[in-house]
Amino acid sequence: MANQDVKDLADREYKYGFQSDVEDDQVPKGLSEDIVRLISKKKNEPSFMLDWRLKAYRHWLTMKEPTWAEVRYPKIDYQEIIYYSAPKSKKKLSSMDEVDPEIRATFEKLGIPLEEQKILSNVAVDAVFDSVSVVTTFKKTLAEAGVIFCSFSEAVHEHPDLIERYLGSVVPYTDNFFATLNSAVFSDGSFCHIPKGVKCPMELSTYFRINAKNTGQFERTLIVADEGACVSYLEGCTAPMRDENQLHAAVVELVAMGDAEIKYSTIQNWYPGDKNGKGGIYNFVTKRGKCAGDRSKISWTQVETGSAITWKYPSCLLIGDESVGEFHSVALTNHYQQADTGTKMIHIGRNTKSTIISKGISAGHGKNVYRGQVKIARSAVGARNYSQCDSLLLGDQCAAHTFPTLEVSNVSSTVEHEASTSKIGEDQLFYLRQRGLCVEDAVGMIVNGFCKQVFNELPLEFAVEAHKLMNISLEGSVG
Amino acid sequence: MLKIKDLHAKAGGKAILKGLSLEVKPGEVHAIMGPNGSGKSTLSYVLAGREGYAITGGGVEYQGKDLLAMEPEVRAREGVFLAFQYPVEIPGVSNKYFLKAAFNAMRKHRGEPEMDAGAFLRFVKEKAKLVEMDPSFLNRSVNEGFSGGEKKRNEILQLAVLEPTLALLDETDSGLDIDALKSVAGGVNRLRDPKRSVVLITHYQRLLDYVVPDFVHVLSGGRIVKSGGKELAHQLEKEGYGWIEAAGKAAA
Repeated sequence: MANQDVKDLADREYKYGFQSDVEDDQVPKGLSEDIVRLISKKKNEPSFMLDWRLKAYRHWLTMKEPTWAEVRYPKIDYQEIIYYSAPKSKKKLSSMDEVDPEIRATFEKLGIPLEEQKILSNVAVDAVFDSVSVVTTFKKTLAEAGVIFCSFSEAVHEHPDLIERYLGSVVPYTDNFFATLNSAVFSDGSFCHIPKGVKCPMELSTYFRINAKNTGQFERTLIVADEGACVSYLEGCTAPMRDENQLHAAVVELVAMGDAEIKYSTIQNWYPGDKNGKGGIYNFVTKRGKCAGDRSKISWTQVETGSAITWKYPSCLLIGDESVGEFHSVALTNHYQQADTGTKMIHIGRNTKSTIISKGISAGHGKNVYRGQVKIARSAVGARNYSQCDSLLLGDQCAAHTFPTLEVSNVSSTVEHEASTSKIGEDQLFYLRQRGLCVEDAVGMIVNGFCKQVFNELPLEFAVEAHKLMNISLEGSVG
Repeated sequence: MLKIKDLHAKAGGKAILKGLSLEVKPGEVHAIMGPNGSGKSTLSYVLAGREGYAITGGGVEYQGKDLLAMEPEVRAREGVFLAFQYPVEIPGVSNKYFLKAAFNAMRKHRGEPEMDAGAFLRFVKEKAKLVEMDPSFLNRSVNEGFSGGEKKRNEILQLAVLEPTLALLDETDSGLDIDALKSVAGGVNRLRDPKRSVVLITHYQRLLDYVVPDFVHVLSGGRIVKSGGKELAHQLEKEGYGWIEAAGKAAA
């Protein structure tokens, strides 16, 4: 069939692969207690932060890197990584105009204008360049609504009480190898607090960019929605093309109080490596949300097209009665990309409800794993879960696996699981070509149709971006 | 318009078309009839450019160009339309989005500007009315969950939207009840035009009561063994294919 055509289509270039020439302030490579102290000192942190980091570091020393995921990669030498890199700036920025023009140009190039007047859509952006947040837009508008949206470092200084209360409250520093590493060395990220009863007046967004060489990026995001509050949040990520692999180990914690709602969307487009599997980001991320209050809701939506390796399980702890957890995911692996991703839904409260929709697309030599756990505790009377895992294969060199785990400890709960695997049919392709569409457009149309259920969950402007991203990521796809 | 000369084609190593010749002029409607396995569907697929068929002899000229040298999508943009016997489902892709993409691909090929979403929607709704299709089908995924008749009607809607120069209808009548058959036939008749040609591939004479052909050909053993006017279809209906096949074998 049109295999050759589809194959040609897969070899498009990663378009965010440029590097910016910005002077860095870095710590020496390698990891030790001194490095942890140095990072904390550079950030001028209060002592509770340093203590927390050190506890994490010491715990990390006792841990082993997990090996249960279906991903293969050479051993990571944690002493070869630079744990802190910040663009050099002489003083604290008071306005947009003072941002390094080179950094501004970088974000412009990525299509993320940082000047507020240039932003058409109603989105506030926190831009994180290497390890630090460089600017947060629309602060004033948000402050008027009582919303705190700032870099993590700033929050540590301005709202230490909130940080001390919530940091590690969902993902404790002992949680897992990569989260614990992050707890010891994380350098920045975003913090967001929506007060009682407030519906956040705009979409919030953090844009992560890794630029410096040989560095890892370890950021942390913490979002707290107080009672009855509501927020929609989006993160985007890109990195330059490099031959060597770079480690990204982030942590995201969400807390939703009674009747609060958090919608968290990700478009992950880290550099995936070249078509022979050289280079790319190792993305080992821990994301978890706690539905602490009754009738609270947390919804994860992710579009994962980047990274050489993705290891990521955005999860929900459904503690409040009638709380709701959702997970909508599209993961695409092309060339030699590997993704082991899924979710955990832990039902504790009564009448809690969760929905899992996972769409995996494998092309080239890509490997795509859905790994999910639904756990219904004895206390979760009347809990309900629906899971749907669909895989789409392009070509015959790729692989898709599904590992769902269900644990139900009471008799009043309902659990449903559906799964399907399909290949892009020769029939579908021929049908679309007979209607005048080229192979590239035909494959794009079929794949986007396959993902529609998930794209529908994205805020509109990002849904459009996701569409385009799928088409680009598919280039060179089928062998 | 279309000149098929001594066409030989194989599928899976087996010879299916064995010297088929046919000429279709602008404005003509030809019916190709024949028993199962005579090569009817193969002919439509070979003309549309489906992979998996090896051309082992002869050729096809379309508007003076070598049709077989073109990619399937180029044939489509040049005005060759195949109404599928088994229309394919494309989950998650709305019918109107798909139609707009196809429609604009054709316009682009002709160097015309693309039609925007609003104008296209008005245009396609008019067309849906013509083929008696409920406009709600425009918002549904392409053919997904459609009944057999709805799928065929959707093919005719595409035909009406894309306005091809050469329409090949592969057993479009199969599986239709009489009302659906009439409205599908109505859709085809409306497209009859001095500049447009239609090739109806069918097993039964039924459709030809509603879309009256200028010529009827009988395909047997990979060749056209008999050609005639519309009365030939009635004769086949009455007497079956046996006598033609026997005559074909005797001649071969």
